[in-house]
Amino acid sequence: MTQYDIAIIGGGNAALCAAMTAAEAGARVVILETAPKPYRGGNSRHTRNFRCMHSGPLGPLVDDYSEEEYLADLIKVTDGKTDEHLARLAIRTSQECLPWMEERGVRFQPSLSGTLSLARTNAFFMGGGKGLVNAYYRTVEKLGVDVLYEAAVIHLELDGDKIARVDYTHQGATHRIEPRAVIVASGGFQADTEWLTRAWGDPAKNFLIRGTPYNRGVVLADLLDQDVSSVGDPTQCHAVAIDGRAPKFDGGIVTRLDCVPFSIVVNKDAERFYDEGEDVWPKRYAIWGRLVAAQPDQVGFVIIDAKSLNLFMPSVFPPLKADTLEELAGMMDLPADKLRQTVETFNAACGDATGFHPTELDGVATSGITPPKTNWARPIVEPPFYGYSLRTGVTFTYLGLKVDDTAQCSTADGPIQNLWAAGETMAGSILGQGYLAGFGMTIGTVFGRIAGREAAAYAN
Amino acid sequence: MQTELLQEARRQAEICNACRYCEGYCSVFPALHAERAFADGDLTQLANLCHNCRGCYYACQYTAPHEFDLNLPAALAEVRRDSWESFAWPQPLARRFHSHGGAIALALVIGFAALFMAIRAIGSEGGEGFYAVLSHNAMVAIFAPTFLLPLVSVAVSLKRFWQEVGGQAMALADIKTAFKRAGKMQDLAAGHGEGCNFEDEDRFSQGRRHVHQAVMYGFLLCFASTSVATVMHYGLGLHAPYGFWSLPKLFGVSGGILLTIGCVGMVMLKLKSDRSLGDSAAWGGDIGFILLLGFVGFSGLVLYVLGGSVFMPALLAIHLGAVLTLFVLTPFTKMAHGFYRLAALIRDAQRKRLS
Ligand SMILES: Cc1cc2nc3c(=O)[nH]c(=O)nc-3n(C[C@H](O)[C@H](O)[C@H](O)COP(=O)(O)OP(=O)(O)OC[C@H]3O[C@@H](n4cnc5c(N)ncnc54)[C@H](O)[C@@H]3O)c2cc1C
Ligand code: SF4
Ligand code: SF4
Repeated sequence: MTQYDIAIIGGGNAALCAAMTAAEAGARVVILETAPKPYRGGNSRHTRNFRCMHSGPLGPLVDDYSEEEYLADLIKVTDGKTDEHLARLAIRTSQECLPWMEERGVRFQPSLSGTLSLARTNAFFMGGGKGLVNAYYRTVEKLGVDVLYEAAVIHLELDGDKIARVDYTHQGATHRIEPRAVIVASGGFQADTEWLTRAWGDPAKNFLIRGTPYNRGVVLADLLDQDVSSVGDPTQCHAVAIDGRAPKFDGGIVTRLDCVPFSIVVNKDAERFYDEGEDVWPKRYAIWGRLVAAQPDQVGFVIIDAKSLNLFMPSVFPPLKADTLEELAGMMDLPADKLRQTVETFNAACGDATGFHPTELDGVATSGITPPKTNWARPIVEPPFYGYSLRTGVTFTYLGLKVDDTAQCSTADGPIQNLWAAGETMAGSILGQGYLAGFGMTIGTVFGRIAGREAAAYAN
Repeated sequence: MQTELLQEARRQAEICNACRYCEGYCSVFPALHAERAFADGDLTQLANLCHNCRGCYYACQYTAPHEFDLNLPAALAEVRRDSWESFAWPQPLARRFHSHGGAIALALVIGFAALFMAIRAIGSEGGEGFYAVLSHNAMVAIFAPTFLLPLVSVAVSLKRFWQEVGGQAMALADIKTAFKRAGKMQDLAAGHGEGCNFEDEDRFSQGRRHVHQAVMYGFLLCFASTSVATVMHYGLGLHAPYGFWSLPKLFGVSGGILLTIGCVGMVMLKLKSDRSLGDSAAWGGDIGFILLLGFVGFSGLVLYVLGGSVFMPALLAIHLGAVLTLFVLTPFTKMAHGFYRLAALIRDAQRKRLS
């Protein structure tokens, strides 16, 4: 059996960036990916863009995006729970990553239709994250990295301040290898519903997982059991509101629903529970994941009328459609009288809607109801009526491995000599809460490269 | 058109419309994202804009075993072939050749037989060179209608296509744009200019674009050769046989070589590619058609080389028989796709101009 310098656990963006960097530095590398080949690439295969600092136009990016502005954006969404030192490192390095990615086969495309607001800050991958992942697999193979699919790592043996061996299952047997260094890039634990339920309580059983079913936190749990230092709130996850008909796993981007600002949203008792027009949707996407999670059965129902149907991006499942509210209530299993009453109360609270503007905070608000709707409040009157169900879709969990600016892991006694972590599994070291679109790939790319570089230097 | 095929393409197009990750690959996606609901005509237009590069298959996070089961290249390929068959005229011939290589072979044998019989029955009437085997007048009498009638048929089909996709009066600018894109086979390079994902899974390669260019330009050169010869014959009174340094021969020989190499290359690429990402039912017809096209080029070259030998009369019959078959089958084989593709590009340019 080959003696590897470095074993990399996981097969997503962070793992691949680490593998390319280490192999380019001359290390013998193996990637252990638990997913079968068609599902390789974890959550990275669902991504679409990479947030990148730049002074002057860079690749597909226009104008400038400075370190300070990037950091300010991050601090805003995390409510200050940001490790500034690591965040600055990620931000500053992102600029050199873009050409580095291109050299390794990633191709960018102009900002997608419907996402023009990101044309300055986020570089979109041509073909999306799976295109990126495919290009990187081609590159690692050329570099002589061995890739094992369906290789599930079950244990890293921590012996003093070193990882002594890696146990994994492959083709029905358990194997152990003793690489000189190990890089953990196996994502969060959100696909383990039991763990999620322990952290969140029973409602978590009804959550949908937006990405891969393979990120079950096996390695994370194993390392935490051995007192490797962790970071991040174990009870928290990033969740958004998605189409309730989405599959349990891997529904990805297409299950997104953008209609909430033009709607009223009710729970299964046909009651409204939050201001649907509080802000533009991208800024409220995540809040609604939690709001829906707090409703009975963790489900919400979006109701719009004919005039709003074409105001938002189409989604994967067509809406339910009915000529009357009662009929729609029947289709959604809502109490019909109550729904009518909620809609009528809402309609009566709507005022002058002539200032309606779908893409700006238009201040077209209700008066005299709780909760209010503070923008885009137009009465729901024009049949046909349309309905979508909403559920909580988990993107990732925050609990992770604590790393320093060389991506190295540690215990209370100090650094672990030969263990590094990159990507989602250490993202909690930088973001304590909240999320900034495109930052996940930035963290994975920047820290994947650092981990690869450090591990290769150690192994040599 | 077949509703199940359209329905499957519609289902997938709706998923793509919610996703949009592939927007940069080709002209299908911007056209797709301009719609919210997909009428049959929209899908027909999208299908004819797609050239089966497969980029969007390998990049898709929703391909099988995922329950969304995306395979847009195959769904569009099936609608595309179905659209050609539905618009073809006359109908009884429409649904034979796309999916049956055997039917093409049979047609070829009939083509050979027709030429042998013509040579037997009509003969030379005292001409020189090839005309010593079959007179010039007889050749014109055979080939003028077999060339022109299929063109009439294609015109009828294109008119039906244009109506289906909601085409409007054409502007010169649209036609220019379309010819430019077709000439460079721009879409075959994909949005990043690195080609298709055809013969080796997700590896980008210009292979398919290059062999396709060889086929197209090879064919056009052969066609130019015949056209120039016609002008020389009627316009300038210069009659065949022509020497090597004459235009007909230069075009013909270089075209024949390109066409032969291109067709061999295309078959090889197809053999390496994954059939399930194309219209797998049309596999036999496609291969049969490429072999026929390559055979036209190859038999032309052999005829050129052995034109002075005793084999010439037989070779002439074989070559002309193949040409005859190719012409007659134009509306009913893959040959028609060039016309549809051009029409779809014109329509796409028009859509962009009007939107
Ligand atoms: C729908 C969706 C869209 C997103 N869009 C974006 C976006 O546009 N931009 C952005 O920046 N971020 C986005 N994100 C977040 C982004 O996906 C993550 O931040 C990023 O992919 C993390 O990369 P990673 O390599 O750390 O993890 P992953 O890509 O998830 O890779 C983890 C890998 O570890 C493997 N693995 C897990 N356990 C084991 C084990 N025990 N043994 C072996 N292998 C194991 C998995 O199979 C997987 O290959 C999105 C997330 C989702 C769900
Ligand atoms: S083919 Fe797949 S990745 Fe591409 S746009 Fe369609 S759904 Fe998205
Ligand atoms: S196969 Fe190629 S040309 Fe066809 S839709 Fe997909 S990317 Fe576009």
